[in-house]
Amino acid sequence: MDKLQYNLIIIGGGPAGLSAASAAYDAGERSILVLERDTRLGGILNQCIHNGFGLHTFQEELTGPEYAQRYIDFLMERGIAYKSDTMVVSVSAGEDGMKEVAAVNEADGLLLLQCKALILAMGCRERSRGALNIPGFRPAGIFSAGTAQRLVNIEGYLPGRKVVILGSGDIGLIMARRMTLEGAKVLVCAELMPYSGGLKRNIVQCLDDFDIPLKLSHTVVRIEGKERVEGVVIAEVGPDRKPIPGTEEHYECDTLLLSVGLIPENELSIGLGVKMSTVTNGPIVNESLETSVPGVFAAGNVLHVHDLVDYVSEEANLAGRSAAAYISSFEKESSSGQTDRIPIAVSGGIRYTVPACVDPGKIADWLKIRFRVGEILRNRKVVLYLDGEKAMSKRRHVMAPGEMEEILLTKKELNRHPDLKSIEIKVEEG
Amino acid sequence: MYDAVIIGAGITGCAVARFLSGYEGRFCVMERSEDVCTGTSKANSAIIHAGFDAEHGSLMARYNLKGCRMYPKLAEELGFDYRNNGSLVLALSEEDIPKLEALKENGIKNGVEGLEIVDRARLKELEPSIGHIPVAALYAPTAGIVCPFGATIAFAENAYTNGVEFRFDTEVKGLTPREDEKGEKYWVVQTAQGSVRTRAVINAAGVYADILHNMVSGRKIHITPRRGDYILLDRRTGGYVKHTVFQVPGKFGKGVLVSPTVHGNTIVGPTAEDIEDREGVDTTSEGFADLMEKAGFAFDDLPLREAITSFAGLRAHEDRHDFILGEVEDAPGFFDCAGIESPGLSAAPAIGEEIAGEVAKKLSLAVNPSFNGKREGFFDPKKEMIKDPDALSRMIQEKPEYGRIVCRCEQISEGEIRDAIRRPLGAKSLDGVKRRVRAGMGRCQSGFCSPKIMDILAEELGVDVADITKSGGGSKVIVGFVKDRIG
Repeated sequence: MDKLQYNLIIIGGGPAGLSAASAAYDAGERSILVLERDTRLGGILNQCIHNGFGLHTFQEELTGPEYAQRYIDFLMERGIAYKSDTMVVSVSAGEDGMKEVAAVNEADGLLLLQCKALILAMGCRERSRGALNIPGFRPAGIFSAGTAQRLVNIEGYLPGRKVVILGSGDIGLIMARRMTLEGAKVLVCAELMPYSGGLKRNIVQCLDDFDIPLKLSHTVVRIEGKERVEGVVIAEVGPDRKPIPGTEEHYECDTLLLSVGLIPENELSIGLGVKMSTVTNGPIVNESLETSVPGVFAAGNVLHVHDLVDYVSEEANLAGRSAAAYISSFEKESSSGQTDRIPIAVSGGIRYTVPACVDPGKIADWLKIRFRVGEILRNRKVVLYLDGEKAMSKRRHVMAPGEMEEILLTKKELNRHPDLKSIEIKVEEG
Repeated sequence: MYDAVIIGAGITGCAVARFLSGYEGRFCVMERSEDVCTGTSKANSAIIHAGFDAEHGSLMARYNLKGCRMYPKLAEELGFDYRNNGSLVLALSEEDIPKLEALKENGIKNGVEGLEIVDRARLKELEPSIGHIPVAALYAPTAGIVCPFGATIAFAENAYTNGVEFRFDTEVKGLTPREDEKGEKYWVVQTAQGSVRTRAVINAAGVYADILHNMVSGRKIHITPRRGDYILLDRRTGGYVKHTVFQVPGKFGKGVLVSPTVHGNTIVGPTAEDIEDREGVDTTSEGFADLMEKAGFAFDDLPLREAITSFAGLRAHEDRHDFILGEVEDAPGFFDCAGIESPGLSAAPAIGEEIAGEVAKKLSLAVNPSFNGKREGFFDPKKEMIKDPDALSRMIQEKPEYGRIVCRCEQISEGEIRDAIRRPLGAKSLDGVKRRVRAGMGRCQSGFCSPKIMDILAEELGVDVADITKSGGGSKVIVGFVKDRIG
């Protein structure tokens, strides 16, 4: 079979893929193809009909579909090629540095493509009940929050009338409000951890405003009903996150929504041989958002799960620019991938950083380093050290696992350490 | 008047139906739920035992061995997934080795071929991921793994295309022996949908088989539903374990098995808990903890965090722990296939063939001259992709529905989902689709594809989407429409 050639292929036409495509184009790249598995571009934003998107990017409050449309318009204005209803089934890297992409769609059948650079922008999926081993029966009426969101907002279906929500991830919180507005009664939102997994603003706007109780340190210990959910039992958990006997409470309901975490969808990345982080479940990337496979970049929720789409767009913009730069030097020099890079060391409760390693020579003006903490931390400082010397410090009153943090590494600071050996980010008292 | 009514559309009932369709007659399968393969047959270890475990001289031993030998050819003829991967029974300490010897000896008596006790070094070669505890193993190269849904559906479909009727949502409420004016004996089978007459009844009712048996016989049997929890791991773990790995019962208890599935997942289970409820397929946190602990005796680093689902199945455990097969002495024309617990899946083809033969003999049925024992399996574009990508591309241009991927995790196209619904005895629910073509069986557990499959089901079946169920009965997926679709 003949292989179609492009300089850049982007897998995923959601916010990350769309932003990366426009950025690569604006950096001078013209041979770009975006592959999208759904019928429409825009990804999961299409079902996020609530507002609150775009405050950082556009300084206005947009709904998900409106935000997506801005980026779809960018794509159209630039005349960037895309194929929708196209499912990528495998990706591999050849010895000549070319990447091979196999995809299926109804117009082309099996589609074999070749490219110099590849951007992974496949997004994430929701953790299912099975991944949590919640005991009990397996009736109808158990949905992940995103599935319920699709049923309500895209299909116009009502998944249930009396709802218990397990997990306080943002989609679950949004759906608590959405189901309430559709006339359902949301009885309770139970969260295993002693803190919420979602944004503070969503707790206030989606639970508090509707008098929906949030029970922290609680979990579902039993699902009842053989055909359709008839009830769930919720219990308090101890510090070991195990249910405390005697604390069980029964809720009569017909629906259980799960908002218990998102998993970057990296089956293609793993097939390609990209090195993965066990913390983020995403690829390990350098300052250019390049993975361990040279010329393969990653951005958005496939890289690490974000809270705000604005940050996805910003991150993907960097991946797009990096891919364009990689392509323009493709024949001239071989990329070093992740060798010869300075790893970013962390301490004080930081779980990971994106990127994980840095080549200071590749940073134009500044590099935004994003990270999450593992527990709620109050009255702390985030300090960036270059070769042990304080380069940047910011005070944080509260840091929570549900809210992504960032710190800036500037060229100006880097210039003061021409022979840089170590980069460290610490969370310190005070 | 039917010649035979088979009660229960699990693997046993469907296998009997398939072999009976090789004879001339009117046959009917009655099933209380909405589809084939919804009880014990859908929730088990999905393995074909070599036949060394069942006590020599038992029916379990004889039928297991024969069934195990029948599977490879049947899988080819009927188009379902089977793989001969071999099994290992682990000795977890030196004291366990005599138990392996005893198992081997019993196996040889049963007629199992190729049994071999392997030392730790050879075990490590056979099963590179094996943990630090096992010291030796009994290797049985003839054991295999099978898709239990695929096998049951294949038997059912083949029986159906050879003329066997199937009645779903039809629970048998009563059985009455009668005699006609000529003195010919027959049975009246009562259901909520009315009564039918039949010359023979085959009881393949799984955990309900004792209830049916005891309706007609003075020699009572007693079945206990024995619940077993399972955990299924992501296909990403495929290759971690190569053989079906058992543990010999010993100081750590009965042990659990860890096995690959034919679709590349890893299965861990089962626990064993005797319960009262014949529908009690709820899982328990104690069960999960037990599985995780025991799996750790065989493997040090089994990736249990890759769990994508868990479920429980019920074994139909009869007090005497053997199959009860054949015509019941004090109920002529009533044939039992009762007490079918492990190795029931392995034995099913043998039970099907022999019981069908017995029934045919009793009723003097002639061989069905138009019987076609072959069935084309489901069309799978993924297999075509490997064989001949160009041909697949041409095919998709003609039938674009095979190019529209609906289930992203298992990469199942719209065409395959429509096939699952349109085939004989097609799917009527989300679970029915899942068991036939695996759409929704993957790591997202139908989160992404279920809305689309609901729409396809509604369209194909010509029903309102609000009536689409997860698994028949009252298991409706949605409760209505947003704002009840004003206007």
